[in-house]
Amino acid sequence: MGIKILTEHINVPGIETLEVYRKHGGYKSVEKALKTMSPDEVVEEVKTSGLRGRGGAGFPTGMKWSFLAKPEGVPRYLVCNADESEPGTFKDRWFMEKNPHALVEGMITSSYALGANTSYIYIRGELLFVLRILEKAIAEAYAAGLLGKNILGSGYDLDLHVAPGGGAYICGEETALLESLEGKRGNPRNKPPFPAVKGLYASPTVVNNVETIASVPWIVNNTGAEYAKVGIGRSTGTKLISASGNINNPGVFEIELGVPVEEFIYSDQYCGGVWKGKQLKAVVPGGSSVPILPANLILKTAAGEDRLMTYESLSDGGFVSGSMLGSGAFIVFDEDQCIVRNTWNYARFYHHESCGQCSPCREGTGWMEKVLHRIEYGHGHQQDIDLLVSVAKQIEGNTICPLGDAAAWPVASAVRHFRDEFEWHIKHPKEATAPGAVYRGQLAEITA
Amino acid sequence: MVKITFDGIEVEVEEGTTILQAARKIGGNVVPPAMCFYTPLKGSGGKCRVCLVKVAQGSAKDPRPMPKLVASCITQVQDGMVVENTTNEDVLNARKGIVEMLLINHPLDCPVCDQAGECDLQNLSYEHGVSATRYEEERRTFNKVDLGPYIQLHMTRCILCYRCVYTADQISENRVHGVLGRGDAAEIGTYIENVIDNEFSGNVIDVCPVGALTDKTWRFKNRVWFTKPMDAHRDCPTCSGKVTLWTRGEEVLRVTARKDQYAEVEEFICNTCRFDKKEVKDWTIEGPRHIDRGSVISANHYELPVVNVPIVPNLPVSTKKNLPQE
Repeated sequence: MGIKILTEHINVPGIETLEVYRKHGGYKSVEKALKTMSPDEVVEEVKTSGLRGRGGAGFPTGMKWSFLAKPEGVPRYLVCNADESEPGTFKDRWFMEKNPHALVEGMITSSYALGANTSYIYIRGELLFVLRILEKAIAEAYAAGLLGKNILGSGYDLDLHVAPGGGAYICGEETALLESLEGKRGNPRNKPPFPAVKGLYASPTVVNNVETIASVPWIVNNTGAEYAKVGIGRSTGTKLISASGNINNPGVFEIELGVPVEEFIYSDQYCGGVWKGKQLKAVVPGGSSVPILPANLILKTAAGEDRLMTYESLSDGGFVSGSMLGSGAFIVFDEDQCIVRNTWNYARFYHHESCGQCSPCREGTGWMEKVLHRIEYGHGHQQDIDLLVSVAKQIEGNTICPLGDAAAWPVASAVRHFRDEFEWHIKHPKEATAPGAVYRGQLAEITA
Repeated sequence: MVKITFDGIEVEVEEGTTILQAARKIGGNVVPPAMCFYTPLKGSGGKCRVCLVKVAQGSAKDPRPMPKLVASCITQVQDGMVVENTTNEDVLNARKGIVEMLLINHPLDCPVCDQAGECDLQNLSYEHGVSATRYEEERRTFNKVDLGPYIQLHMTRCILCYRCVYTADQISENRVHGVLGRGDAAEIGTYIENVIDNEFSGNVIDVCPVGALTDKTWRFKNRVWFTKPMDAHRDCPTCSGKVTLWTRGEEVLRVTARKDQYAEVEEFICNTCRFDKKEVKDWTIEGPRHIDRGSVISANHYELPVVNVPIVPNLPVSTKKNLPQE
């Protein structure tokens, strides 16, 4: 099943307590980093590890850290983005719930590397029970001298706070997150300036995903070079995948990057195959905002190579025949699922979650939802399909933050790969709106 | 000083200037429109996206083009930057798309709207929009909000430029209104019914690019194009007292701040000047006010459209504008 970096001890009973966590090698990286390494050495290790942001964009973490401006006399902040709210993603929630100390340890080591004396974990408002688990873990760490003044006698001070959001998807965007953390309305900021220069309270700030930060202790303990050996090419290390949809074995899996997609879906170690042995129709490989791919394109790239669970392989073919690894929310659709209905569902989500600040996203997300609703309920016109593509194109790339793109991609890709299904809905509204009706005309082609 | 090329025209501007300001230095038809950016208001801009331009060359040092269209109102110039606005079809198409987005939920009640004739959205859609709509759903509406005796809020007309929020933040002491809600349900409001009441509150009417915030003392009295704008001043203890009077005959129908050609106010005025001094004898008249660009009352502005590239293919002929070519 490959190496376990994040989830090795996750099923040990009582791992959420400091005592058990330390028995299993917890907080070793804090001791190692604070006592034997300089902050720059930690950053160097993360750079060599090739660790990439696990929140969706996949930007190299070491590089992000080295971009942090370091003006004299200005505090720096590390903010952990735990506002995981993309449909299909639940890995961070699961991880923090099971092993809160792993995140706290990562926060201490990473904050030390960045020279931050105050750090925040911004957690999604709905995850109140996880917030309590984290606060308990932080209190234990304070009591053990792992947080607070003069940590382990090294002279390094760190205060760690957990801040709950108000339950808005947009606050997972890093600048909206910072606005919300400052107590303002969660609107994304115009960039530049980037958070690395002017972030939280106009000070240099790094925002990282939970999984990214939780990977740092292992890198410090075992060196970055060791970490880089895991995975394939520029996709190093392991990734938590939240697998859901029509599969036999849904849940969170830690995979070594580079596992073939086919193996991931059909192997009993992972998803365990499509539910009830049905045929695979489509997969959204990285959370609702990435393009959907039909079965033939998710298993093999357009060039006929096996698709692997890596950043590069999943995006092979660009948006014409590829997708993205994103945040690792692997959603599987079997032959009985309606793509139009699913696309409408996603569009409805983005319509609801758009912050309303910039016009293309505010108006366009609602428009797409209404058109898709019309098609799904049998009132579509033939020109609606082109209208959808056109509206998606008008939003894409013209907005302040990536939410506009995230709303446009699933719609554009669904029309690109499943145009026949949309047309069938429009031409045969009676059949399409019958209970349980699914278009199967394209199935032979996409499962070939 | 840095040199940039905008639509093939070279211009020299100070460092830290935005692309939009550099373009305004050139002036004329190459200037990108702006619905949310407002020079006197710090922090405004970047929201409406109609000022998007293509940066074909980032700077002399780093000549790579910027990957996406950028909002010219908030992007600073670099030495040797090459910017394309009216010369780039992608920019014009993107702008048409955004105008369409701004209009899908706008009530288009111009015939009864007090802003008609001096409305930025009217100008924008005339210059950059298409004359047919592809939107067939019901338009979004809002419940009425009462903002007190002077200011009328029509939330359905709002394009959420945030200008009135910045104005209240920056020139008055207490901001009681703000943006509530999210997405296309976001609205300007006071949360718990509250009167916008302070000496400079009337300026939110002047900064509003559309008819969302209008003057209750002027509502339905007349149309903008029937009134005569006159520069006038008075000794005012709270503000500069320099205003534009909109008169018809001997009657002063409306008082506004003096606005430049981009509809930006020169000096904010107080509520006493705006709402209470409606007699000619209150004012020293300086002479007629020259209005150009941002208004249909400017002479013959609409004879030649800047550009008219159709984004919707195969529109019926009747919907296309037949305008004389230059």
